[in-house]
Amino acid sequence: MNEEIKTIWRNFFNWIMGNGPRPENEVIPPEPPPDLPFTQKPKDKYSRFHEATLKERYSQWQEIHGLHIFSMLYSGLSVLTCIVIVSLLLATVAELPPFGDEKNPANNEVIRRYVEHGGHETGAQNIVAGLILDYRAFDTFGESAVLFTAAVSVLMILGISRRNIFPDKASPKAAQTGENYLLRAPPRLHVFKEDDAILRAVASLSIPAIILLGCVVVINGHLTPGGGFSGGAILSTALILCANAYGFERVHKFFNEKTFIVSSSTALMIYALSKGYSFFTGANHFHSIIPKGTIGNILSGGLILPLNICVGLIVAGTLYGFYALFSEGEI
Amino acid sequence: MINLFAYNIPFISIFLLMISAVITPLIPDKNRIPEKLSCFVIGFIAVLSAYLLYVLTASGQTLSFNFPMGHFPAPWGNELRAGPLEAILALVFCIAMLLSLLGNFSSTEEDIAPKRRNIFCVLVNLLTASLLALTYTNDLFTAYVFIEINTIAACAIVAVKEGPETTRAALRYLVMSLVGSGLVMIAICLLYDLTGHLLMQNMHRAILVLVSTKSYLMPLTVSLALITTGLAIKSALYPFASWLPDAHGSSTNASSAILSGLVLKGHIFTIIKIFYRVFGLEVIHLLRMDTAIFILGLTAMIMGSVHALRQVNVKRMIAWSSVAQVGYIFLGVGLNTTAGIAAACLHIIVHACVKPMLFTAAGGLSNAAGHKKGLHALMGTFYVNHWAGLGLAAGAFSMMGIPGFAGFASKLSLTLASFDSPVIVWSLSALAASSVLNALYYVPAVIVVLTHNKDAHKNFTAPAPTRLYKISMAIFIALNFYLGLFCVPLLRLITRGVNVSL
Amino acid sequence: MLEKLLLNHYEAAAVILSGIGLTNLLLQRNLIKKIIGLNIMDTAVYLFLAAKGYVEGRAAPILIENGSGGWLTSSSLYVNPVPAGLVLTGIVVSVSVTAFALALTLKLYEHYGTLNIDEALLKMTHEQEVLEEKITKAEEEVLA
Repeated sequence: MNEEIKTIWRNFFNWIMGNGPRPENEVIPPEPPPDLPFTQKPKDKYSRFHEATLKERYSQWQEIHGLHIFSMLYSGLSVLTCIVIVSLLLATVAELPPFGDEKNPANNEVIRRYVEHGGHETGAQNIVAGLILDYRAFDTFGESAVLFTAAVSVLMILGISRRNIFPDKASPKAAQTGENYLLRAPPRLHVFKEDDAILRAVASLSIPAIILLGCVVVINGHLTPGGGFSGGAILSTALILCANAYGFERVHKFFNEKTFIVSSSTALMIYALSKGYSFFTGANHFHSIIPKGTIGNILSGGLILPLNICVGLIVAGTLYGFYALFSEGEI
Repeated sequence: MINLFAYNIPFISIFLLMISAVITPLIPDKNRIPEKLSCFVIGFIAVLSAYLLYVLTASGQTLSFNFPMGHFPAPWGNELRAGPLEAILALVFCIAMLLSLLGNFSSTEEDIAPKRRNIFCVLVNLLTASLLALTYTNDLFTAYVFIEINTIAACAIVAVKEGPETTRAALRYLVMSLVGSGLVMIAICLLYDLTGHLLMQNMHRAILVLVSTKSYLMPLTVSLALITTGLAIKSALYPFASWLPDAHGSSTNASSAILSGLVLKGHIFTIIKIFYRVFGLEVIHLLRMDTAIFILGLTAMIMGSVHALRQVNVKRMIAWSSVAQVGYIFLGVGLNTTAGIAAACLHIIVHACVKPMLFTAAGGLSNAAGHKKGLHALMGTFYVNHWAGLGLAAGAFSMMGIPGFAGFASKLSLTLASFDSPVIVWSLSALAASSVLNALYYVPAVIVVLTHNKDAHKNFTAPAPTRLYKISMAIFIALNFYLGLFCVPLLRLITRGVNVSL
Repeated sequence: MLEKLLLNHYEAAAVILSGIGLTNLLLQRNLIKKIIGLNIMDTAVYLFLAAKGYVEGRAAPILIENGSGGWLTSSSLYVNPVPAGLVLTGIVVSVSVTAFALALTLKLYEHYGTLNIDEALLKMTHEQEVLEEKITKAEEEVLA
């Protein structure tokens, strides 16, 4: 009993310290050569054995330089900081306007106009859709740009350098300058099972349904809860399921890096141009030619429907792109 | 009054940059067309901003205007606000960005793989767009969204040069920045709950009412402290600056120049806007945030220089010097007067011009020494790359505050601004101590670079600097002298801008 | 104070959650756990915002038909729509940032074979030492 509690406590302590249990299938070489000077380069730098010696040196290093004192101090300080911040925030929360009260400062004339005139001013039945894509559209434009920035950055970090990992694909210039350290990187562990009949059967049944649901959520964004972001996320799951059931090569045939870049860029460009037109006419008090439509119809809400479709395209592509880049290293 | 074209310039500049960022992945990456396109767009926007500045100030009176983003007026829709201060900052940001890109045109080619260069341009465009949006925006939540774009793009341009150090530096930068964004987000939610608005001026009115009735003072203080801490982490105020030397020291020269000169400034200007436009100077004084910022600024001025003294890598030394310079800006903000904020804005401009020059010069020198960054390896590099040596010397003199150079102007205005303040002794002694410390590490660097070293000279096989490098360095040095010699009209312009900024 | 905290219990829970996230972010040495802490912090903000938008006894902000072809547009019927918009933005930002941070982490792992940032730092300094040695050796050879 006592032993069990001790084991549990040790595991908990290890978890707190960030040292999870090692994977079971990991092979640690039985006998590391005993005394290898630290500066001397071992034969295979990235083998486990090297890591073991490094670990040893690491623990010594901590002791020698008093790093463990520093790390304890750091941990203590960060816990203290967090306690201070949380107690300050709790004191703040206690002072805040009461929960769910309609007299709160946030329920002011701004909200009244959004609710009372939102319908005929934006043409959208879903007030939140009207709010984010018409009243405060600049924020939402920035938000799509955040997603685009992240997609481009992840593509740059994982996608473009990945080709240098394999020697035959490494650029000749990198090989000359000796900057092909990436050659040493271990290949990613991604096991793709060729003939998974159950997965394929389920995928063939559910992918059309998922795509349909995604389209419905995107297209009805101005009428019901949903919109480009949630619909796009649903659409991306269809792509991910397809990739898992039939292999990435299948998805490649209709969705590759080029399609990804072209679709995201074009969608964001349409978004920027159409919203730019709307901002421009609004700020200069020009007449805008975009009809609002009648509330509740599918063709209503002015620009909201096309914008939702654009956002849906961006989100679907980006989320699938993240998945493909993380598991395969290319879209 | 303002003509229709000038009225639309803030909107046009942000959207033009966004569209050029979106187009860039689609164009072929041959002959460095993407980079040329971004340079062209940024240069064009610099011209537009200069025209806007001219229109806003030429008639003798100082004009400013609000630009509603959409068909809905102030409390309902988003808004941009432009005055002389915003226009001049946009102009300086664009010029510094353009010169950093042009000056490091060849080193970018060496450091970054061709495919990645295309994306580097996308990121630079997005970064400039977010900087301009942060400059012009009049809405706190829009500011948050663009701060996030700024963060991701800034971390990505650190990681654009492949290698484990840059990855690690970018990750560290990202984690620190995200703590900052989390705090900013919480603070914005608190402020929204207390005021019911997200637009700066409406928030200001609501806060004045709250303060006059003495209600919700504690939540106001906490939200102000959180938003200031969050933005201070992002703008590398001293105790939170540990990420900066890694990120700025390891990335490619263009990225270092952009990060040090511009990215920090976007966040600092957001803090200034929050202090001046959302809360107002009296409320800031009431909530005691000015003293906190002042003390942190003083600490940063001294500690940044002390850390810089201990560096042997020239880029890391310049990066730590940025921490000290950020301290100067916060010192001006902490004085909590219009003059102090004007001096802080002047120092933003000066630092945005000088720091990219120093990084470009350091890049040129270490290139001349065969890509070595240690200070001792740079001995005699002046005789290989004269322009880089001149740039380093001009930047170093400017950072020390030698009269005639840009840094002198901002130090002088900070001194003048602190004369009205009760903390004059502290700020003057800190200014003096920091200048001496600056000299202690910049003078040896200049001496090392100028020392004739016959033995090492043979080993330098670097190609001569390109014409583009020389031109941009010459413009940098000219700007440096211009700011140092003609700072009085500029300071007057900034003061006018600060006065109409509320 | 406790009474008021109980009244604002959603907000209090959100604040405690964000504290947990922040502690995780600062304390963990494993990068993945750091990023998880970050996500907890973001989620806490969404909870806070959702609680702020709620108004007792009102419906979700989607217009309801009044039965005669028109729409019920009285502002006393619907909750505050602004926090919903802010949460949406926050979610997208959080997704983007998480993906970017994970990409950098993966890159770091590919190089160093560890997720612990201290170990990565140690390996990096070691590598730099080796590199510097190599450079000095090469220089000596050139001079010789």
